[in-house]
Amino acid sequence: MTATTVPAPSAPGAPAPDTPVLEAVDVTKHFEVRSAVGARSVVRAVEGATLALHRGRVVALVGESGSGKTTLARLLAGFYAPTSGEIALEGVTVRQRRGRVERGYHKDVQIVFQDPFGSLNPLHRVRHNLERPLKLHHGVRGRAELDRRVRELLERVALTPTEQFVDKFPHELSGGQRQRVVIARALAVEPKVLLGDEPISMLDVSIRLEMLNLLDRLRTEDGLALLYITHDIASARYLCDDIVVMYAGEMVEGGPKEQVIADPQHPYTRLLVESSPDPGRGARDRAALFDADADGLGEPPSLIDPPSGCRFHPRCPFAMDVCRTQAPPRTDLGDGRWARCWLHQKTQENE
Amino acid sequence: MVTQIMSDTDHDDAGTTAARGADGDVLRVTGLTVEYVTDGDPVRACADVTFTLRRGEILGVAGESGSGKSTLITALTRLQRPPAVTTAGSIVFQPRDGGAAVDLVTASPRALRALRWTSLSIVLQSAMDALNPVMRLGAQFADALRTHDRSLGNDAAWARAAELLATVGISGDRARSYPHELSGGMRQRASIALALACGPELVVMDEPTTAVDVVMQRQILAQVLRLRRTLGFAVVFVTHDLSLLLELADRIAIMYAGRIVELGTASELYDDPRHPYTRGLRDSFPPLRAPLRRLTGIPGTPPDLRRPPSGCPFHPRCAARFEGCDTHLPELVTKGGHAVACRLHDPTQRPQPAPGTSTGGAR
Ligand SMILES: Nc1ncnc2c1ncn2[C@@H]1O[C@H](COP(=O)(O)OP(=O)(O)OP(=O)(O)O)[C@@H](O)[C@H]1O
Ligand SMILES: Nc1ncnc2c1ncn2[C@@H]1O[C@H](COP(=O)(O)OP(=O)(O)OP(=O)(O)O)[C@@H](O)[C@H]1O
Ligand code: SF4
Ligand SMILES: [Mg+2]
Ligand SMILES: [Mg+2]
Repeated sequence: MTATTVPAPSAPGAPAPDTPVLEAVDVTKHFEVRSAVGARSVVRAVEGATLALHRGRVVALVGESGSGKTTLARLLAGFYAPTSGEIALEGVTVRQRRGRVERGYHKDVQIVFQDPFGSLNPLHRVRHNLERPLKLHHGVRGRAELDRRVRELLERVALTPTEQFVDKFPHELSGGQRQRVVIARALAVEPKVLLGDEPISMLDVSIRLEMLNLLDRLRTEDGLALLYITHDIASARYLCDDIVVMYAGEMVEGGPKEQVIADPQHPYTRLLVESSPDPGRGARDRAALFDADADGLGEPPSLIDPPSGCRFHPRCPFAMDVCRTQAPPRTDLGDGRWARCWLHQKTQENE
Repeated sequence: MVTQIMSDTDHDDAGTTAARGADGDVLRVTGLTVEYVTDGDPVRACADVTFTLRRGEILGVAGESGSGKSTLITALTRLQRPPAVTTAGSIVFQPRDGGAAVDLVTASPRALRALRWTSLSIVLQSAMDALNPVMRLGAQFADALRTHDRSLGNDAAWARAAELLATVGISGDRARSYPHELSGGMRQRASIALALACGPELVVMDEPTTAVDVVMQRQILAQVLRLRRTLGFAVVFVTHDLSLLLELADRIAIMYAGRIVELGTASELYDDPRHPYTRGLRDSFPPLRAPLRRLTGIPGTPPDLRRPPSGCPFHPRCAARFEGCDTHLPELVTKGGHAVACRLHDPTQRPQPAPGTSTGGAR
């Protein structure tokens, strides 16, 4: 699962190999909303997010519901313009005009949503759904060539024998099959980056593994850069290389997956990992899990009026005075790990 | 501390049975069959389901989408609606006070109404289905409480509502809120508190935490376990998330195509799954900490219950199938408390009799 791909020889003029394919640098997204009584307020959905996606690597983005994961994915996909900060594709800042990126952008960056049904055209057969991007982005013409490319795409997502699927309508397919068509359609564009926003969470349990294995293959065989958004830390561990954790619109921790899961450095990450089901947990650990502090039932924070200082402080068992007043800076912990938490800042100062 | 919890969950029979009367079972389900009768062929969404639920036990029911979990839950509480019809079987409920056992399948609507809330209650995936959106929370609790204790005054009922909300970590002053004023997680916890308001002996829960965050899920379930320890109710807990049940449930039933294909303790199912489907399901959940290996899930897709496969319903997806699996329906056979419906484990059906071996493998 962790096999790293050998980077393909760079084409002339291609950016240096360590340039991320897609990058968010200090990106913020605020939404202006109106309440029922007409008062304006601002939802601070994403604040100062920095993230880099590399060829052949998978970054998992995990975190609380409403923490800004989808918003960040949509920013990366060019669906929203950042309020501040920038998105860069192969080192070049992405410009938007009237809230839109150029169409060429979507040739390189594709996004797959949670609901495979909503994203396919229900009136058209699988064939049509796949031919459209081939014509649009690659100008493929001619029946024979289109047929060949469609067949190839279906084979890549293991919808075989392909003749059983090309002429089906989306509603004639199971959820897993539909989601594979969605992925095939994204691949038709031959993107460099695939952003998956909970791509498997609506699928049947028994089919999820196949999808994870498919995504893994795309990364190893085609060198795709992948962002995998999920609530399921165990599946993130299965697929990804690095994990980034979001809480209340901010990135609070990141690093290589095994270290982040085995030894979380941010108190929220710790809560998240400890709360995640683990089929392999021993009976004793299990009992202790459910015996946690009864009063610890914190509520997710408001993003309109987020907590001062560290946004996690109202729920944090380690909160100190400084946590209540000042936002913690990002502390580098070595080996690609970092956390945004005063506990680590203090430790470093003391050394 | 740990040992005390262990004794609560693992040795229920010894402790609670003695304390609560002779019969250790709260529910005995036998041959329960539920069909959806529509224009075409009837869909048999629960087929010959048989199990017992012990007092204070948490029985998990896992299975993939369309396997009949919700159908079972609504049949158990007699909340099913047409076109669902219970065509066979019985659901015998044994009250804690030693009163006469009731077959819920044949009980009159009036008898069922008397049992609802006080003896059995239900929690659904969406709290909005259980809560009335135009009534303050406290009023809904007061209503439920007063239907079953008419002597309870209004103020006392509201006070009790505040107490109940506090047991699920919602501050009592929230009793004056309308459901939409609470977060999703709070609403779900409120609906659990409502289900427990009248001290039921049995609570059935259909995906109660599927819509909430893992952190909130853990907090809600911790509350349920803590309340169970003090109130002693039994739970039937339905989810597609086997990894969650492995931590939560005392015993687990695995459903496939409307049937229970395996039933055993959490550790039996995790360490020694016998049905090929159970094994596949277990291997569909990557571990959080144990060493990673490549997992394959279960090839194929779940069956269409309008046209169920012949013989063993799992045979089209089963790597261990052998001659006769496509024609013979395996029975649920119990050995040492661990039940499985697979011909590999049925001595009369096994391909070659293997004397002396307790579990036959496909050879
Ligand atoms: N278009 C919008 N207008 C106003 N607020 C929005 C908009 N989109 C998202 N939000 C708010 O921004 C915050 C982040 O939402 P987002 O969907 O990115 O979270 P998420 O991490 O993807 O959550 P989930 O895990 O539940 O999918 C939420 O508070 C949400 O209500
Ligand atoms: N009202 C209905 N009319 C006809 N068939 C139905 C009806 N409701 C459910 N079914 C069928 O009964 C079977 C079992 O459905 P059920 O809802 O019990 O499954 P489930 O295990 O709860 O699935 P999920 O995990 O998706 O909630 C399915 O095949 C479904 O198509
Ligand atoms: S009965 Fe046969 S087909 Fe069914 S699970 Fe067992 S071996 Fe597989
Ligand atoms: Mg989202
Ligand atoms: Mg259901």
